[in-house]
Amino acid sequence: MPFIPHTQDDVSRMLAALNLDSVQQLFDEVPENLLVRELNIPEGVTEMTLLREMKQRAEANFSGAMYLGAGAYEHHIPAAVWDVVSRGEFMTAYTPYQAEASQGTLQLVYEYQSMMTALMAMDVSNASLYDGASALSEAILMAVRASKRRSGHSVLVAGTLNPRYTRAARAIVETQGIDVQVLDFDHARLTLDEASLSAWEGRDDLTALVIPMPNFFGRIEEVNRLTDWAHQRQITVIGVVNPIAVSYLLPPGQWGQKGADIVVGDGQPLGLPLASGGPYFGFMCCRQSLVRQMPGRIIGRTVDLEGRTGFTLTLQAREQHIRRAKATSNICTNQGLAVTAATIHMALLGGEGLQSVAKASMAGAEALKQKLARVSGVSIVGVGPGFHEFVVRLPREAGKVVLKMAEKGVLPGLDLGREYPLLRDCLLVCVTETKTLADLEQYVTVLEETLKECSAC
Amino acid sequence: MKEVTGMAGVSLAPMAGAQGEFAGIAMIRAYHLSRNDTQRDEIIVPTAAHGTNPATATMCGYKVREVPVLPDGDVDVEALKAALGPQTAGLMLTNPSTCGVFERKIQEIARLVHEAGGLLYYDGANLNAILGKVRPGDMGFDVMHMNLHKTFATPHGGGGPGSGPVAVNARLKPFLPTPFVVNENGRLDWAEGDQAPQSIGPLSAFAGNAGINLRAYAYARLLGKSGMPRVAEYATLNANYLARRLVDVGYTLAYPQRRASHEFILTLAPEERATGVSAMDFAKRLLDFGVHAPTTYFPLLVPECFLIEPTETEGLDELDNFVEAMRQIRAEAQDKPEWVKGAPYTLPVRRLDDVKAARELNLAYKAES
Ligand SMILES: Cc1ncc(COP(=O)(O)O)c(C=O)c1O
Repeated sequence: MPFIPHTQDDVSRMLAALNLDSVQQLFDEVPENLLVRELNIPEGVTEMTLLREMKQRAEANFSGAMYLGAGAYEHHIPAAVWDVVSRGEFMTAYTPYQAEASQGTLQLVYEYQSMMTALMAMDVSNASLYDGASALSEAILMAVRASKRRSGHSVLVAGTLNPRYTRAARAIVETQGIDVQVLDFDHARLTLDEASLSAWEGRDDLTALVIPMPNFFGRIEEVNRLTDWAHQRQITVIGVVNPIAVSYLLPPGQWGQKGADIVVGDGQPLGLPLASGGPYFGFMCCRQSLVRQMPGRIIGRTVDLEGRTGFTLTLQAREQHIRRAKATSNICTNQGLAVTAATIHMALLGGEGLQSVAKASMAGAEALKQKLARVSGVSIVGVGPGFHEFVVRLPREAGKVVLKMAEKGVLPGLDLGREYPLLRDCLLVCVTETKTLADLEQYVTVLEETLKECSAC
Repeated sequence: MKEVTGMAGVSLAPMAGAQGEFAGIAMIRAYHLSRNDTQRDEIIVPTAAHGTNPATATMCGYKVREVPVLPDGDVDVEALKAALGPQTAGLMLTNPSTCGVFERKIQEIARLVHEAGGLLYYDGANLNAILGKVRPGDMGFDVMHMNLHKTFATPHGGGGPGSGPVAVNARLKPFLPTPFVVNENGRLDWAEGDQAPQSIGPLSAFAGNAGINLRAYAYARLLGKSGMPRVAEYATLNANYLARRLVDVGYTLAYPQRRASHEFILTLAPEERATGVSAMDFAKRLLDFGVHAPTTYFPLLVPECFLIEPTETEGLDELDNFVEAMRQIRAEAQDKPEWVKGAPYTLPVRRLDDVKAARELNLAYKAES
């Protein structure tokens, strides 16, 4: 299928206008030896053939009950969300450089920024970054730019942060010589070991402290104490949060005496279906005083010639297309359509709706936790308040249990042994509002069966 | 992707063009460091380069050195020779360039950069210009990214999402960003961590914009062997036709002696001098004709410019309509310049006050308390 509308007659007329005999002549400035004679790829297939093939491959993917979270979460998405998002006006539009012709997109992003700042209790939000992990990297670079020191920057990251975020942040910021240090966590409580902070007292190269909430294990850190500890030492506080959790728990703008300085995270739980990691989107909010250090697009409200309200890209002097090598980031294309979905999703649910998602998910997690605690040989790891994920210790290696249970249609969580040698027999389990009591009972039954069969594992 | 680019390895992980650039420059950095070649601290970019190129080099910890472009649109090779040295980590280049012309001396440039010990980065954001016609690997490039959201049919969503896979030649393969898929005796798995020990690492939490990659894959399969070069042929035909027709109605090309690639540049400097109507005013007036204005004021080295990229998917009628709108606006600029300067008139808002937007920042709605 060519996706090209020209008729043969059109082509003849166009070539005549150019005084050419063939389209090939248009490539006569390319050195002869560089022209490709034929690509070694198959001929195009029909849409029917392709659809059939795609369907077969999709069937090879797991499609049972999902208790895997660890950074991306299954939530119910109202049917209206993607129906609206898929409208041509949203879907096919380019970056809104011509503001007057892009008021729909621009107003939507302004509303998104308004919702995010309200949710996080922060002053400003940008229009999105790629994902939560790359947003964290940008937050670290932002803290470094905002710092008065010219060089020698260390960033402390809680060991309870999603390890995928830590790895991506390292890969991105270490090219600028920024040192990322991971703080120990307490393996029994599954929260940051606050005593480990004392090793950093008196250091003059600390630029930022990264605090997750909830943390990777679903636990709630002592965000107030940690924020104040950092601020007393002039260290920038970067919160990495789940937006659904924030709707119910203390928003990062209110952590400690002064609140977090920069807040990032992944917006996926706000209306984005699970899709092997993307497209989701990264969000970023900060306090007003940092706005000129922010990466990415920001939409501002203004007026037109006749005094009517309108919306436009603003503070563009931070961005690569204006500032080039001195820009705050190289980001250009962001995750616009994903933000469109999130904005519509938040508008449909409202503050109360988001809170009821949070509460239903937490209640589900608590219910499953209690059921699992009664299974012989299984115990719950970690203490204190949590969100919708928790850690269970199994009498077997977690990786084997995951495979067996998946064969029976239940993906029971993340095998933590893949990340933490000391947690080889532990699973990170997530429950959202999508699970009924009957689902949870099925989980327990399948687990018990599996443990029996696996006695030799 | 490997066959289309003439490269040896691909990672689909980068989430947009700029992240692909970051991956590419980080691989160049990792390559030099793996050879204990630690003095290379500079990336060269032409003055015409897209803003993401210099911004990426900075983000990877490099200094940026710019080399000029000649009046015919090609890179100034003498200036490049002077800029190259033991401090050169690499050169970032787009070809066809952002001036909309094919860099004719590309093979010489590649040789010079390699002789200086640097590597050559290809900005493949607009691969549709050469798809199936010329391959970056054959031109001598070591590493590149592609914007799947431009070349492989994924709508831009008012700002994204995109996908910016990177392709590399054999010497950079060990450094590809994770995760990527490996085939171990028929068993497909993600390579991450220990399986890719020299990798520059992951740049996002999961597998990049997988959904966008899937869509691009479908498009590529539908096009196939003969569909791909057809993309480049029609993109180029449309651009050259449009350029010629605009000249016929009085406009001035920035590089009149050159073939256009998939895009070309008009300079509206003569119109601006004669009437006081700027490229921005022309752009705003186009909106009233139901046409989204092309990129304006980029590349920065051409005054009052329009960078026009019709792409292969616009038909002849659409191109002729654009020419007609441009013809009318040019006449309007001569007869009633103030009218054009006041555009647009038919959209929900008139021209917006950008200065107020930046001075009196209003970035979120706050309920009156
Ligand atoms: C030549 C060129 N390079 C790089 C980019 C950056 O790509 P992206 O916007 O996907 O980050 C673009 C597009 O915006 C481009 O046109």
